[in-house]
Amino acid sequence: MATRTPGDALAHPVAGSAAKRTPGRGHTRSAVLFLAPFGLLFTAMMLAPIGYAVYQSFFRTHRSGLGLGPSTTVFAGFGNYVTALHDSRFMSSFLRVFTLGIVQVPVMLGLALLLALLLDSRGAVFKKVFRQIYFLPYALPGVIAAIMWSFLYAPSVSPFTAALRHVGLEVNFLSDDLVLASIGNMMTWAWTGFNMLIIYSALQAIPGELTEAAVMDGCSGWRVAWHVKIPAVRPALILTTVFSIIGTAQLFNEPAVLSQVAPTVSPTYTPILATQQSADINNYNYAATQSVILALLTFVLSFGFLKFTQRKGTFA
Amino acid sequence: MTTVTPSAARAAAGPPGRLRTSSLAGRAGVFAVMALFALYTLIPVWWLLVTATKNSGYLFTTNGLWFSHFDLWTNIRDVFQEQDGIFARWLLNSALYSVGGAAVSTTLSAMAGYALAKYPFRGRDLTFNVILGAVLIPDVMFALPLYLMFSQVHLVNTYWAVFLPSVVSPFGVYLSRIYAGASVPDELIEAARLDGAGEARIFWRVAMPIMSPALVTIFLFQFVSIWNNYLLPLLMLNSDELQPVTVGLANWREGVNQGIPYNITITGAFLSVIPLIVAFLVLQRFWRSGLAAGSVK
Repeated sequence: MATRTPGDALAHPVAGSAAKRTPGRGHTRSAVLFLAPFGLLFTAMMLAPIGYAVYQSFFRTHRSGLGLGPSTTVFAGFGNYVTALHDSRFMSSFLRVFTLGIVQVPVMLGLALLLALLLDSRGAVFKKVFRQIYFLPYALPGVIAAIMWSFLYAPSVSPFTAALRHVGLEVNFLSDDLVLASIGNMMTWAWTGFNMLIIYSALQAIPGELTEAAVMDGCSGWRVAWHVKIPAVRPALILTTVFSIIGTAQLFNEPAVLSQVAPTVSPTYTPILATQQSADINNYNYAATQSVILALLTFVLSFGFLKFTQRKGTFA
Repeated sequence: MTTVTPSAARAAAGPPGRLRTSSLAGRAGVFAVMALFALYTLIPVWWLLVTATKNSGYLFTTNGLWFSHFDLWTNIRDVFQEQDGIFARWLLNSALYSVGGAAVSTTLSAMAGYALAKYPFRGRDLTFNVILGAVLIPDVMFALPLYLMFSQVHLVNTYWAVFLPSVVSPFGVYLSRIYAGASVPDELIEAARLDGAGEARIFWRVAMPIMSPALVTIFLFQFVSIWNNYLLPLLMLNSDELQPVTVGLANWREGVNQGIPYNITITGAFLSVIPLIVAFLVLQRFWRSGLAAGSVK
């Protein structure tokens, strides 16, 4: 992450202005003073924990006498990592979340893009009202939304189960077959509007002349959307995809709340739940190992996606 | 639906009369799709509102999407009386963590972002990239080891355990750097220096006012992310009196079997989202400007 590519757009707005001034020692001192408060806390609250987790992951605690005696900590090398890779419940939690993400993220972002394009089209009415409605779920804290859905899915109180029973269908949203899709629905409900707003803001920033020229050339609305608008909002689509990858990898609130009411959601349903379970039984070294693996995989996926799209971008 | 936007675009280019009907159909199609999704978004919230007005008995026997026996006031009273009125405490805690954390976080982000945008120094890009890289790492990576670290210095189960991690916002620094770089002119800073102003004074009196729209956005983002946080307080806090409303309500949800009535939890959930929804509707333009800044880069 420390490597900078020439195409790194983030550094551009400042690089130009910086070159004009002569960097004096006084400026470096001021910069350090301005950065110090954030830097200290950033180091203590983010860098140190990462280092600590990595350090912990190389040790193992042995307890003598059925866990009641004194414990000894020994160096384990990659032992915890080997254990994690052979931990079938931990591995299947990854597979489960990966399966969910590969379906849910494209569906959600596709919906978000469609809604943003429709909001941006000239045929749309009540734009402001719709925009506010779509953004509403973002105002509901994830856990509160999960609590709400846990009732909406519960067979005894769910209005949806009741409505489906009216037409002769017996559906249990928390059954083994449906519970993953139900969680996907909770995520789609919560985040489509947020992503839609990011894409919509990018659409609004497209210069009017660009789309008007395409229309003048006889392009239909869909062709303008496909050839002009969607390429123009590519950075927003990349950003929302990266946010969604990270968000999916951290899946916790929804299954954590559902696990209280649905036996189909096991205590190791997602990687974070599995990690938390290890911490609950005081196996901190293993919990640290699990969180390092999760962080590494997430970083590789999101950063890999960024690099992949950037490389494609330079050749396109 | 495929006919929707083409006709709309043609209509915009100056519609000939014969196209007006298809344009109307197009508009109807756009409206139908948008209304459908609006319904999908609204129905769960509507259910929450309706159900908050029912007492436990009617919860199971009446139509979930319509009112019967309006008991909202009784429910609200019950929520605030459950467990000796702890719900008010939870709300207060959430407000404390969120307002305090977001205010400190915004100040720190503004200073760091301004320094990264306006002072050339060695290692600046490396510093910025390390901060940016932290955005890509899941929260649990910090939360769990922090719990272990805090337990060694006896910070666990105190306000600080939730407050300290909440004030660090790499995304805030990112937004603040972008905004400072784009909107605070170098000439203005130079002019202030020529007038003899110190660097701190220039930051507070010149840069901060220009950056204020971005700072409001950073504040809002951080406010919501702290208010919504669940994993961190869940790990850090044991005592009920320190919990934010998210953890408290999740405990009530879990406690349904131990005699916490359904309608208490549902009404509590409903009450806890009202302040946020109001804040959203009132401050929406700041959200949009912040999201736009994040997405253009």
